Order: sequence, then C-alpha cells, then structure tokens
Amino acid sequence: METLFFILSWTQPTINALAIAALSLFFLWMLGGRFLMPAAWGRFADSHLVYSFRRDAVAKGSLGILLVLLVASFACPWIAPTNPYDPASLDLMMAQTPPAWMEGGEPDQLPAFVLGADDQGRDLLSTMLYGMRVSLVIGIGAVLLQAVLGIAIGLTAGYLGKRVEMLLMRLADVQLSFSTLLVAIFIGAMFRTAFGVASYERLAVPILICIIGLAEWPQYARTVRASVLAEKKKEYVEAARVVGLPAWRIMLRHILPNTLSPVLVISTVQVANAMMTEAGLSFLGFGMPVTQPSLGSLINTGFEYLLSGSWWITIFPGALLVVLILSINLLGDFCRDVMNPRLYKGM
Amino acid sequence: MIAFLIRRLLQACIVMGVISLIGFSLRHTVGDPVREMYGMSVSAEVRAEARERLGLNDPIIVQYFRFLKNAVQGDLGNSLFYQKPALEVILSKAPATLELVFTSALLITLLSVPCGIYSAIHPRRLLSRIILGVSTVGVSVPVFFTALMCISLFSITLGWLPSFGRGELTPLFGGAWETGFLTWSGIKHLIMPSFALTSIMLPLFIRLVRAEMMEVLQMDYVKYARAKGLSERRIYWVHAFRNTLLPVITVGGVQLGILIAFTILTETVFNWKGLGGMFKEAVDRGDTSLLVAYMVVVGALFVVVNTVVDVIYGMVNPMVRVVGRK
Amino acid sequence: MTSMTPPSAAAPLLEVQHLEVSFPTKTKTLVAVRDVSFTLHRGERLGLVGESGAGKSITGFSILKLISRPGRISNGSILFEGRDLVPLSEQEMRPLRGDRISMIFQDPMMTLNPVLTIGTQMIETLLAHRRLSRREARDQAIETLRAVHIPSPEKRMDQYPHQFSGGMRQRIVIAIALLTRPSLIIADEPTTALDVTIQAEILDLLLELAEHEGMGLLLITHDLAVVSQVTDRVAVMYAGRIVEIGPTEQVVHAPQHPYTQGLLAALPQTHAGEPGTGRLAQIHGIMPSLYNTPPGCAFHPRCPVRIHACSETVPALRPCSQTGTLAACHLVE
Repeated sequence: METLFFILSWTQPTINALAIAALSLFFLWMLGGRFLMPAAWGRFADSHLVYSFRRDAVAKGSLGILLVLLVASFACPWIAPTNPYDPASLDLMMAQTPPAWMEGGEPDQLPAFVLGADDQGRDLLSTMLYGMRVSLVIGIGAVLLQAVLGIAIGLTAGYLGKRVEMLLMRLADVQLSFSTLLVAIFIGAMFRTAFGVASYERLAVPILICIIGLAEWPQYARTVRASVLAEKKKEYVEAARVVGLPAWRIMLRHILPNTLSPVLVISTVQVANAMMTEAGLSFLGFGMPVTQPSLGSLINTGFEYLLSGSWWITIFPGALLVVLILSINLLGDFCRDVMNPRLYKGM
Repeated sequence: MIAFLIRRLLQACIVMGVISLIGFSLRHTVGDPVREMYGMSVSAEVRAEARERLGLNDPIIVQYFRFLKNAVQGDLGNSLFYQKPALEVILSKAPATLELVFTSALLITLLSVPCGIYSAIHPRRLLSRIILGVSTVGVSVPVFFTALMCISLFSITLGWLPSFGRGELTPLFGGAWETGFLTWSGIKHLIMPSFALTSIMLPLFIRLVRAEMMEVLQMDYVKYARAKGLSERRIYWVHAFRNTLLPVITVGGVQLGILIAFTILTETVFNWKGLGGMFKEAVDRGDTSLLVAYMVVVGALFVVVNTVVDVIYGMVNPMVRVVGRK
Repeated sequence: MTSMTPPSAAAPLLEVQHLEVSFPTKTKTLVAVRDVSFTLHRGERLGLVGESGAGKSITGFSILKLISRPGRISNGSILFEGRDLVPLSEQEMRPLRGDRISMIFQDPMMTLNPVLTIGTQMIETLLAHRRLSRREARDQAIETLRAVHIPSPEKRMDQYPHQFSGGMRQRIVIAIALLTRPSLIIADEPTTALDVTIQAEILDLLLELAEHEGMGLLLITHDLAVVSQVTDRVAVMYAGRIVEIGPTEQVVHAPQHPYTQGLLAALPQTHAGEPGTGRLAQIHGIMPSLYNTPPGCAFHPRCPVRIHACSETVPALRPCSQTGTLAACHLVE
C-alpha cells in the first residue's frame, strides 16, 4: 500500500515532465527535423496528411489554437500572474472581483485579475491556466492508459478469438452501455473508499487518470479488435503463421502496426472525451479538489455564484474548456476524414 | 424469431449476472451493512453479533447467492440515508428521470433524422455545413456547461424559464407516478433540462445518421433505384433511409441508454428530483446500498432497452426475421 | 451465330455522337470517354467490349445520365429515338429511365435493395411509369417473373433478395428491366458476378427475351466470348476510345486493330478452326490510367506492330476495305 502511494504521488510530476519533454521534442522536430533528418522530414512533408492539412484552414486554425493553449498551460508557472496553488495567493478580500474592464474590477493590479477573481480571491486567469494544465494532464494520461489497456485487450481478443473474445467484448459492451461517466463515478467511489477522502484529494490527478483510463478502454479495444479481425483475414498474416512465427510476434510485429492508424485517429477524440469526463466528474465534485482545481471544478465552484451575478467564475473556465475540446475535436475530425479508416461505429 | 428471442434473453441474463456480480462486489468491498443498520456508534459486540446475524461471516459464494436471491425478489437492501428499501426510493424518483429522458430521446429522434439525412443528401449546401459545424461545437460543449449557459441566459438575464425543480406535478396511477407533462408549469420546467440533455446526444446522432446515409447512398441499389426512374423522395426515404435505419437503431439504442447516465449532470444543475440527482447525493453520502441498487436498476434498464432495440432491429431487418423463422 | 443486317432504313434507336465524359478533380480534369460514336438500331444487339477502366461502363451510364459525381458529359450528343438526352434535366430524364431505357447492373447481390421485397421493387417500377392499380401492377409483375422462368412467382413476390440465389436475382433484375417493355436495355456486365454454369443460362434468357420483344440491347462486357454469343455488332474500347467497331462476326474472325487481335488471342478457346497452341497469348503491359494517357494512339506502348506515327497522331476510325468494319489504327487499309 505504501509503495503504491509512493508511486502514485510521483505520477503527476512525472507526467508533467513527460508532457513538457514531449512538447519540446515536438517543437525541436518541427524546427530541426528539416535539417537533422531530411529524408524522414521529406516523407512526412510530402504525405497526404500534411498536404491536406495545408489546404484546410479549419485544421490549421485549430492546431494553432491548440498549440497556444498547450504552451500556455504547460508554461503556466512562468506566464501566469500568480500561483493559485500558493496559499498566500488566497485573499478573501478579493473574492469575486469582476474582470478588470467591468465596474468593480481591479484595473490597477494588472496583469493580475484581468479576468477577475474566483470565490477564494485567486486570480481567475492563473487558476484557469493551472486548471487547464490539470485537465490536459489527466486527459492525456488517461488516454495513454486506456490506449495501453485497450490495445492489449483488443489484440488479445481479436487474435485469440472464441471464448476470450466473447468474454472481453461482452465486458466492453456492458461497460460502454453504462457510459464512461457512470463507470468512472463507480470506480471513483471505490477508490475513494479504498484510499479515504483525504488521500484521494492528495492523489487526485493519478487517481483520475486511473479512473478515466479504466472507464474508457473499451473504445480502443473495439477499434483495435475490429481492425485485427480485418487484418487477420489478409494473406500476410497467414503467411507469417505458415512460416511458424509465434503468435505474439505476429500480433506485435505484423498486426499491431496495421491497426495504428485508426488508433491514432480515435486518440485525438479520446483526449477530448477524457477531458470531458474529467470535467464532468469534477463538476459533480468527484474529481479535482478546490485547492487544485481543474476547469471542471472551477465551473462547479462558479455555479453557486452564477445566480448571484458573478458569472465570470463559471463562464470563463467553461469557454476555455469548450475552445480546448473543440480544437481537439476539429483536429480529430480532420484526421478521420483524411485517414478515413473504417472505425467502429459506436463512436 | 422465437429462437432469436430466446438467444437475446439468454444474453440479457448473462449481462445481468455480470452486473449483479459487480454490484455485489461493490457492496462487499465498499459498503458496510452493519453501519447502514446501526450507524457508527455501536459497540464491537453488537457489531460482531450483527455480522453473524446478517450472514456476513458466511462464505462469499453463499453471500452472493443470498444477494442474488434477494435482488430477484426486489430486495436490494435499505438506503442508509432514507431509511427505506432502496428499490422504493428508486421507484419514487424514476418518473422524473424517465420523463426527462423520454422527452430528450423524442427530440433527438425528431431532429437528428431530418438533419442527418438532409446533410447526407446535400453535403455541399450551406445548411448542411451549418448543421455539421453546430454539431461539432455541440459535441465539444459539456452538458453541464450548456445547462449553466441556459440558466444564465433564460433564467437570470431574460427570466423566461424557471431554473430548477419540476414545477407543478399531477399525480397519476394513484400517486405512483407524478407527471410534469400535464401542466404548463411542468412543461416550462422541462424545457431547459431536456434541451441540455438533448444537446449532448443530438450531434452524435446527426453524425451517425449522416454517415450511414452517405454510405448507403453509395450503394448500387440506390443507383439502380435511380435507373428505374423512381422519384427522389422514394429513393431517399424508401430505398436509402430503410437501410440507414438498421445501423442507426443498433447504435442509437445503446446511446439512448447512455442518456440516463448524463441525467446525473443535468439533474444536478437543474435540481431535478430524479435518479441522477439521487445518485449524486448517494455518492456524496456514501449510501452504498442505494448506489448498488441504482446500478442494478439502471443496468437492468439498459439491458431491457438493448434487448428491445435488438428485437426491433430483428423486425426491421428481413434477414434476421427469416433466419429466426427457420 | 447468325449475322443479322440491321435495318438501315429505320431511324436508329440510339445514336451516340462524339461523346466525351470527364471528371474534373482538384488538380486536373480527367477524360474517361473521348469521342465515342456508335449507332444502335431497333432490335439490334450491340456489344461494348474492353478491359476494366476502358470507359465502357461510363459510356453505358452516361446514356441514362447516371454518371457518379463529379463526372459529367462534357461533349457530344446522345440521340435516343431521335431526341438528344444530353441537355435534359433530371426531371426530364426520370420518365425515360426504367421505362423506355432499362438497365441491368453487374452484381445482382448489390442491385436489389436488401430490405424490400421483390414484389415491392417490381411494383414500384411499374407504378413510377404507368397509371395502374397496385393489383394490376402486381399481376403484371408476376407475369414477368414467370417469363424469366421463376417458379411459383406469386409466392416469390413477398420474399426478400437474400432468399434468392445469384442467378435467380439476376433473373429478377432482368424481369424488372422487362416490366415496362423498354425499347433499349443496357446490360452492364450482367453475367460477370455469376457462376460460369449460370452465365450461359442468363445470357440465353436475355437473348431470347430481347429477340422476342424486339428490344435493342447494349451489352457491356469485358468478355469477347459473351459478345460473340449474343450480339450483332461489337465496339471495342480502349482507354476511353472506340478502337474497332463492326459486325460481330467480322470483328471476331478478322480483327483489324492490334488490340482486338490481342484480346482474341488471349481467349482460351481457339477460334475459326485454328489449332490451339496450348499456350494463351497475352498483351504485354497494362492499360494506361486516365492520369497518363500516352500521346498518339493510346495503345502504341503495348502494340507489337507500332510505327512512328502511332506515338504522334491519334488514328481516326477508318473503314477497312476487306471486312467493312471500322478500326482506329494507322496500319488499317
């Protein structure tokens, strides 16, 4: 138990570091790939994906917005006016300060309180940026977890077939028909009893990653299984089997690479879905605690003040969440249209 | 047909078995029946005696079958908070949720079919692009945020619609079912929650109908129908739509079941006294029996919906019908 | 095989002149059919032969103006019973489709709508073109089913396509084509998707009915053997153009164009008493795609007898003095 605790408490910084590393690698690749690996870069630049991307204003726009949001969220310790995690930033005197341009705003304190303050007097913009980072970390982490789970299960089911497949896919069906939100709430309730509310709040990020990952793997499993079934019929698999390659090798080296394109396509949309689920959980109060709010929990706290007229605590984080999810979804749509894999219809 | 029905029922039973197993293990690990009966402040002896009396020291398998036997007889344990049988609590809350879900499902069906078909037939027209654009935005807005925006606009700013509760209710069936459909106030209260609930599923349905319809329009039999000189209306509505219906029913059935899960968010925002709100409170209060009961009831509901959907599918699809007849 | 001389005096049933069908894409316009002209007389049977991609199906579909988007007829005229179809609108085409001109599609598994009964699909065709009661339409449909040799048609009317075999389904499609007694039937590879044993049966049926009703038949196929069985005249297509056209017997026995010669040599059966060599000949190379049609005669890169002119000018269809057929080859005299 203690070890588990230890591992889990390290998850968040690790994921943060990983995300920053991935992001900087991406930029490095964008900038330096041209010179370092001209062949690979050329192949990538000539691909159908890039070609269509260049001609698609919506895709370009959403990638641009997404990149800005990603950078802003992971760079929040440096660009946010205040640190909302610092207890010193709580100032109840400033609670519910309206945005700077409104009456009662604090234009002389800029850049702090541009968008006003939340119910505890934290600068809303900073809290939103930190909250977006939490949402993104959970979304990406959960998708990594569900991808690993789903791909493993989908491959196993699709390749082995028969009883194993029936069992696993029935499980996926049941879980899907319950909807990921409900399953996530159930798993969350179990975790909460297992850990106790205090440590649940302390470990909220890794726990939410686990919850959402466990709740959403069926999407991947189904997609992978569907393409495994399609691939299995093809002759190269038959050939590999005739040659006498072991099953795991056929699965990993021959079938898996061919299932990756639909997996990639659903991954973008799944990140959006995972963030949506996280927001839902946090809105219900089962997710991130107020001390470390995600966008969902910010909307939740703002809800109480909406009726009394302090609309900004809810509307700004909500709008940010919508823009974030929308840009991811638009990119996902673009990928789906271009790669056009036969996805499982269950969405 | 009968063989098909029996097979479906058997599958439904297996699924219910799985759900009961999960429910039992939830109750076994998370819940504490003794606490549910006596609260926290009782001595260890009373506790031990109660455990023995409740059969909590029996082998797990015996306990499971006892749980199953009780569940089949409608006894899903007592709610800690309400101090009533959990099933009774659920049944009293169910009409509110069912009315909400029914209204949304109706709206979704009525809107998604024409929108999806129109945008499939005329993919390049401006209206189709608007429909698709709006539905992409719709998918990206969390249901609770839609709900909050509605309240902010229609209740707070404009003051047109009430923001919480169900309004004036009319008892039906000797008070077992309280409906909001029959009064103006009830309907006014229903507008925003059902709109919010609709907003989450409608885009998915429009896309589903559109994708299926576009696929069907590519088929040879549609071209053939044109070659026979049939009218556009007949080609679209009889030849293409009938074939679109089959996959839409299967996927749609499952998705409509998911609406029930989204009532948790909607009902919380609008303070709608239904199953969703009850579920949220039960999680907050640690009311395990009620949670498990909710899961079993909702699970049963899903299974019923899915089975009905499959049977409808079987009736629409001539292939299943005939295979079943043999 | 009887050679029938078409009644030259009567106005032709179908006269296609300089037909060009193109598919505009984002980067360039692809021309799938170029300068195709042929005439089909009443009661005549014309075969349209070529490899897949030669443009024969597109030619067939363009007569009904059913080319899939973004394809369109960019030039030429299609005179059906003396009336040009090219400028007609969808509304004006609809009364012709399935009434005066019927079409038989390639794959009977895909042609019939899986969720509608055979009866529905037959009756709707009649009702779309005739002022009939449902009862009368049903009776006529049953009658036609009987004509295509479907046993107990009354019972079969209420069944769904998947309850029929492939051959039976193609019979039904033929029956639907016959329902309105059209003057022209376009059959696009009507036997390709069927078992070899059933192919002959369906062809015989088609031939028998077309003769009996005196209908014109445009048979689109890649199979010269089928054409020689059924048609009076044949047009051979290659890369969107007609390269040879003439009476079937002449074309099959004395092919003028090197492509036709190659096609015939590739047939497994020996023809005209020639001794089988035991080895099938083949035409080397593949047909050029629409993206890179070579200049001059499109066949010249594969042609065994090409001369310098072949890669420069497109040969026009010219009458061949010996056989009376037309061939588009520089070498034909």
